[in-house]
Amino acid sequence: MTASHDTFSDKMADAAIRATPEPLAARVRGLSDRAIAWLFIAPTIVLLLAINIFPLFWAIYLSFTNFRANRPNAVVQNVGLGNYSRILNDPDIWASMQTTAHFVFWTIVLQTLIGFTLAYLIDRKFRGHAFWTTLILIPMMLSPAVVGNFWRFLYEPQIGLFAYAVSFVSGIPTSDIQMLGNVHLAPWAIIIVDTWMWTPYVMLICLAGLRSIPDYIYEAAEVDRASPWRQFWSITVPMALPFIMLAVLFRGIENFKMFDMVNLLTGGGPGSTTEVASIALKRDAFEAWATGRSSAFAIVLFVAVFGLANIYVKALNKVKQR
Amino acid sequence: MSTTKAAPAVTAHSVVEPSLRTKRIAGALVILYALITLVPLVWIFLTSIKSPPDSISYPPKILFTPSLEGYCNLFTTRTRQTPDYIAALPPPSGVCDAVTRERNMVIAGPSNFLPRFANSLIIAFGSTFLAVSLGTLAAYGFSRFKVPLADDLLFFILSTRMMPPIAVAIPIYLMYRQLGLSDTALGMMLLYTAVNVSLAVWLLKGFIDEIPREYEEAAMIDGYTRLQAFFKVVLPQATTGIAATAIFCLIFAWNEYAFASLLTSGSAQTAPPFIPTIIGEGGQDWPAVAAGTTIFLVPILVFTILLRKQLLRGITFGAVRK
Repeated sequence: MTASHDTFSDKMADAAIRATPEPLAARVRGLSDRAIAWLFIAPTIVLLLAINIFPLFWAIYLSFTNFRANRPNAVVQNVGLGNYSRILNDPDIWASMQTTAHFVFWTIVLQTLIGFTLAYLIDRKFRGHAFWTTLILIPMMLSPAVVGNFWRFLYEPQIGLFAYAVSFVSGIPTSDIQMLGNVHLAPWAIIIVDTWMWTPYVMLICLAGLRSIPDYIYEAAEVDRASPWRQFWSITVPMALPFIMLAVLFRGIENFKMFDMVNLLTGGGPGSTTEVASIALKRDAFEAWATGRSSAFAIVLFVAVFGLANIYVKALNKVKQR
Repeated sequence: MSTTKAAPAVTAHSVVEPSLRTKRIAGALVILYALITLVPLVWIFLTSIKSPPDSISYPPKILFTPSLEGYCNLFTTRTRQTPDYIAALPPPSGVCDAVTRERNMVIAGPSNFLPRFANSLIIAFGSTFLAVSLGTLAAYGFSRFKVPLADDLLFFILSTRMMPPIAVAIPIYLMYRQLGLSDTALGMMLLYTAVNVSLAVWLLKGFIDEIPREYEEAAMIDGYTRLQAFFKVVLPQATTGIAATAIFCLIFAWNEYAFASLLTSGSAQTAPPFIPTIIGEGGQDWPAVAAGTTIFLVPILVFTILLRKQLLRGITFGAVRK
């Protein structure tokens, strides 16, 4: 800081102090740090209580009732744990959980493999790597809903670019490449779009991991004549592992909640082959209007994400401490 | 110089600097990946300047006569007329008029795209302003003062992000119906603020932690009150962090689809749920959808390039800072 800047702000402060009416100045001056701390934090907490926590408790209450939002005047009955036992015994719900697990598993596997490989290649620091990295990052910043919607066009069997490209390479007629209409292909259609969109995310975090490994470790390994293969598996992978695990955590949570892209690409179809948990929940809550039961389902989902994330974070911390 | 001539022979191949050949291969692979993943985005733009017949031709057309029909259709609604009626009209007053008449239609009025786009702007900027203001205050509180249960409160703030949006949407839907906030810009703004404030607090706490406490302490010794020190010393230092946080909040609110599609239907609907509903005669009007998508994505492209240095921090809630 230059001296002139200091005197300038001093003057400003003096002016501010003089301009402040005496009682107010005394009051402001009198604000203890403790009071300021609460004054600063309280608005955020109040907002979260009003818009996140109060509705959550309301949902917990509703999950024990047979309330239906489209019949607000009907008598609300307490059904105890009835909704929960129905949820946990409903084969459709379990099917949607399985669909979600399949989606989360494959997107994480593909994104981690491709993302880490890309990060490793970018870390070779070829000319222009910063420019190409920025280009690669673009898909993940875009709206999954708006871009996902456009992928429907790319996937069109007759006119879509995707089917055309696949048929051009493989020779399969385009009419057979029904990415969104075929029960075997539809789950993969979603996995492809998600991987296209979010691989850059995993790449970016992995890149930070690779760049955090100090050069001297590799230099020491070179002195010890460790082969590049050995260096990769004994230095690069273990040291980047906490970062990879962090990327997996974020992607896992996000994809467990996945709604927008699936809703626009397939809406859960064909049949219910791509009905992930969020889609099933939306159908139950906003189409069947079974508000009580869907609230119970929402709570179950929340507890599942929360529980799994907590277990995972514990594992992550163990890896970090090594 | 003579001595430097021998030196490169020893240090030319630093162990951490990959060989030229490795760099070339890595560069080629990364560029190949970047080019492939950009195809869908290029295709969105190309489709937006195709005429509807060109957009659905097989094989997909790469060379075509550009047309503004997509953009015209995006901004207008049209009605079909008899050729005689159109022939009797005065000469077309603009490009869109002419293009529409070629399809035996006349422009009936503006479409809903502009109001939906305006909603997106109002809600995104409004909620960003609120989230960043509240977040900055709370982050300062958590960063500088001993707040009882600070870690628990911070974790509570973060955990609100883990809930599936549909699960939150059920009680919010009921609450907003009671409060008259359904389908209002204010309701959406408050909701996005609540979602974004968790990101804002976590990111800004990181940024403020990096500003040395000594700065404000020095200012306070010079006679500033705590509040004055916050506004005149800390805020100017945190400008970069606040700007980066604001852009992340803006991108979230801009891209959000799940809440918008469930909680808005008319006057407060934003662009993401609107764009997929753009249809022409006989199905989706892909050039118009592509035109809307292009207009919607351009601001994000600009932001991504502006943000590339802070991106990592933003997407990991400040967990990775580089």
